Amino acid sequence: MIPAPFTYLRVGSVQEALDALAEYGDDAKLLAGGHSLIPLMKYRLATPKVLIDISGIAELSGVTFEGDSLVIGAATRHAIVEHSPVVKEHCRLLAYTASLVGDPQVRNRGTIGGSVAHGDSASDLPVSLLAMDAQFTAQGRNGTRTIAAADFFVGFWQTALTPNEVLINIKVPLAKQRWSYQKFTIRSQDWATVSSAVYGNAVALGAMADIPIRARDVESALLQGADISQAALLADHNTSPSSDTRASSDYRRHLARVLTEDGLREALARN
Amino acid sequence: MTTRVNISINARRYEYEVEDRTLLVHFIREQARLTGTHIGCDSSNCGACTVLLDGQAVKSCTLLAVQADGQNVSTVEGLTGSFNGLSPIQEGFRQEHGLQCGYCTPGMLMACTALLAENAQPSESEIRHALEGNICRCTGYEMIVRSVQWAAAKQVQQ
Repeated sequence: MIPAPFTYLRVGSVQEALDALAEYGDDAKLLAGGHSLIPLMKYRLATPKVLIDISGIAELSGVTFEGDSLVIGAATRHAIVEHSPVVKEHCRLLAYTASLVGDPQVRNRGTIGGSVAHGDSASDLPVSLLAMDAQFTAQGRNGTRTIAAADFFVGFWQTALTPNEVLINIKVPLAKQRWSYQKFTIRSQDWATVSSAVYGNAVALGAMADIPIRARDVESALLQGADISQAALLADHNTSPSSDTRASSDYRRHLARVLTEDGLREALARN
Repeated sequence: MTTRVNISINARRYEYEVEDRTLLVHFIREQARLTGTHIGCDSSNCGACTVLLDGQAVKSCTLLAVQADGQNVSTVEGLTGSFNGLSPIQEGFRQEHGLQCGYCTPGMLMACTALLAENAQPSESEIRHALEGNICRCTGYEMIVRSVQWAAAKQVQQ
């Protein structure tokens, strides 16, 4: 399978990327690790005329501190996030979640920004980032804006990013919270059939709707003193899981309850 | 659109004008004529096309040749380069019967090479975790795990 023809552009700065986006508009797609985009192009589900390679932009890679946040450059590869001593020390949930993305070859190429900008509800990182109330920084020609995780994912493979914006970084809180990430897969390297992230009092679910969602009923039950097994039974409330070759909708609802209970227990054990 | 791409494969330079949409695996097989690297699923699942890009295991069916411009690629043909005969991991696959049909083997060998370069004495679970991106339909993985263990032990002896 070979992608439809396109023109490849390598840019050296965010400004150059923004200029190229302005010039080519809807015909262009940003390329970082390419591990969501290139498969889509091979299946001809995406046929951009221009690929703007942002993976070489130094300012988009790496992990830094800003106030009480850890700032992950959007083009930082999963393997870097997974093994970073700083991320492991200050945000175990993020490092652990990154270690479960795809397989080692995928993690050597794929980037955190690419994963979230792709906006797949069955991806790992969006679920944990939603549980952490991460903040996403987008840059356009008129400056930067911050998008809360709760507002970032808007629909199936759709995010709040506009076609003329570049995702710059992802900010996660430094606060140390009890955490867990539970992922059920058919094969080890797969996207999640269902996943459940716990961070402090927050619970988020993957593959239970078009977008990653918070399990609000579980969260409020816990706040009202429900025990873990009772609260976890509410995990599939207000969800709309699909039925597909991996699992039926009912089985996904079952998984959401089981994984959320396992996650809450694991997080508690870490307390 | 085409681009002139210069990639070092197994320490030899290959420079060709290729279409921008050329995948790295096609550059390796059709331009460089190194057909040891296999195309299996062609959808970044099976790992048969695994090569090392600047020392890191990657799936060459999911990279564009232009993305590897100026970088160093290692393929299965380069494994014997610094050894008389087979490299330890290749010998391990022979001794422990780590292959049957052989289709996944080039990718397996490259993923194992990356693992052993990073972790000379991997545990069984570390071996299995490192090979999650490589699918074998013959061996059930038991013999592949033993092959890696054989190579790790051999490297200690040397």
